[in-house]
Amino acid sequence: MSSKRSTFLISALVFGFAFLYVPILLVIIYSFNEGKLVTVWAGFSTKWYVSLFSNDGMIDAAWNSLRIGVMSATLALALGTPAGLVMSRFGRFKGRTLFSGMIAAPLVMPEVITGLSLLLLFVTLEQMIGWPAGRGLSTITIAHTTFCAAYVAVVVQSRLSGMDTSVEEAAMDLGAKPAKIFFVITLPMILPALLAGWLLSFTLSLDDLVIASFVAGPGSTTLPMKVFSSVRLGVSPEINALATLIILAVSVMIIIASLMILRSERMRSRASADAQH
Amino acid sequence: MLVSEAVLEHVHEDVHKTQPWNNPDAVPYIRFENVTKKFGDFYAVDDVSLDIYRHELFALLGGSGCGKTTLLRMLAGFEEPTSGKIYIDGVDMAGVPAYERPTNMMFQSYALFPHMSVEQNVAFGLVQDGVSRSEIKELVAEMLGLVQMSKFAKRKPHQLSGGQRQRVALARSLVKRPKVLLLDEPLGALDKKLREQTQFELVNIQEKVGTTFVMVTHDQEEAMTMASRIAVMNEGVINQIGTPFELYEYPNSRYTANFLGQVNLIEGVLVDDDEKYAVIKSEEAGCDIYIDHAVQGHQSMTFWVALRPERLRITKQAPSETKYNCVSGKVEEIGYLGGISTYHVRLESGKRIKVTEPNSTRQIEPRYTWEDPVWVSWEAGAASVLNK
Repeated sequence: MSSKRSTFLISALVFGFAFLYVPILLVIIYSFNEGKLVTVWAGFSTKWYVSLFSNDGMIDAAWNSLRIGVMSATLALALGTPAGLVMSRFGRFKGRTLFSGMIAAPLVMPEVITGLSLLLLFVTLEQMIGWPAGRGLSTITIAHTTFCAAYVAVVVQSRLSGMDTSVEEAAMDLGAKPAKIFFVITLPMILPALLAGWLLSFTLSLDDLVIASFVAGPGSTTLPMKVFSSVRLGVSPEINALATLIILAVSVMIIIASLMILRSERMRSRASADAQH
Repeated sequence: MLVSEAVLEHVHEDVHKTQPWNNPDAVPYIRFENVTKKFGDFYAVDDVSLDIYRHELFALLGGSGCGKTTLLRMLAGFEEPTSGKIYIDGVDMAGVPAYERPTNMMFQSYALFPHMSVEQNVAFGLVQDGVSRSEIKELVAEMLGLVQMSKFAKRKPHQLSGGQRQRVALARSLVKRPKVLLLDEPLGALDKKLREQTQFELVNIQEKVGTTFVMVTHDQEEAMTMASRIAVMNEGVINQIGTPFELYEYPNSRYTANFLGQVNLIEGVLVDDDEKYAVIKSEEAGCDIYIDHAVQGHQSMTFWVALRPERLRITKQAPSETKYNCVSGKVEEIGYLGGISTYHVRLESGKRIKVTEPNSTRQIEPRYTWEDPVWVSWEAGAASVLNK
């Protein structure tokens, strides 16, 4: 039994991980390459990081991406939280299945479709009511908000479903009105889920190339768009440096988000385990 | 100062004014009037009428799904009755939301706010009422003192043991001085030892604060230890209401007799009925059962004779009088519990009778062993006769 595990399973594991992470590892290593050729090692250097930070186009794109990420993650939180609340707390109502299906749909919708349909929407809206005037940061933000809200809704819903409703009932029993219960009891209890949802949304927004390409306008180039277009003109080692920084930022955020989810899970399971005694 | 002295005096006067339910002039404090609650097609509570008096510790007892929790939740305002009326202190509760009702509830899961300290949990209700900061501080400290949790005021719920959480939950639900305190399986999450100890503490606290307690439980021992009166519920209806003594000694049905304590139910038909006695002939027992009081019913009507195991005598020799109330059989099972022994005796009809006997003297060896032929007999007054 154990010999089976040590031969076949371990090699499968190693191969799988290598397949996933060796390319990323190469990018990180070559970001410290001295030479100009991306694939030939010529000694250690951090000069591409220096030149990256003096590349105005790259810095502007990064700044755009950051602003869009913060805005759309925040908006997604504001939209997704009530949706999650409705799905877990309103019990059975007419059209519930349709509602939850429609909330989950953006998670599985091909990005090309989402991007195209949003582009058509923005163009039509501009012709009809004159807003949004042209496409740019605001249209990308709106587009990102739509699919990020779906993720937030799902995260919030699963947290709320695992939460004992009697805690909210207790607050009501003690004299708190529904709106107050939400802000004083429910919200603090789902705070880890909200933070996780925000970080997830921010990361998704930062990563997105396809949807942003559809709804972007002049002067609203995001970082992935910039990277993609410059790679088409030939890979510069700067890109490796940038990729390394992005990988770092994204990993840190994902780790924080998972730790938050894990911690709240643990607290919950410990609380329920204690209640058994 | 724990509880103002005026309140205490008042409480003592009233608590010792015994048994308001037997006083036809007494005004009920809580009144259920033909209350029905349907969930879809399912009747969770079916036409229940019930009066509960001030300062009572009233228990709703029944198995799971009998409607006891629904009844409690309707009192708290979490559910609205489908039909019927609920009054608390003379006020119709229809349409009054939970946050405006003069009730507070202690939840089975305790439902403490996990992100607040013990102190903040207890203070929550007072904060909602806009009580001044200094007063809140005083009341919270007083309550935590009452439940002996002052030392843990700054802790978070997850840093407490089950028993400590239970105390915090109690303090939180009492601090607003509700007219009625509702307790949903208050001791359900505690282990057996702690539960027994807490039962008496809860009764003591109830006597101290004088609040009317309505408690839901499935544990008959808990209900009997704590409650002034018990309503035995089954399938959405109340089977019987009475003091623990009344329910145990004078059950009105097989369900109640079975639910409270242990009982042998022997089926038989009425063959002789008089003003002073009755005789029931039982195929199951293989003997005639003599009852020392009259039975409501006609000849050859089927009855069940309820016999508590501890009221039966088990002997090796036949009793001197074997005409009535005396059966013979073989010992089939023995349970030696130290203080008492229980015996299952198989009668000739195949019916099993359970007998418990206190081991009041020390024996060299067990008195009975398996397959011993024995006689089981009882006094004419030991049996209750049930017709449903």
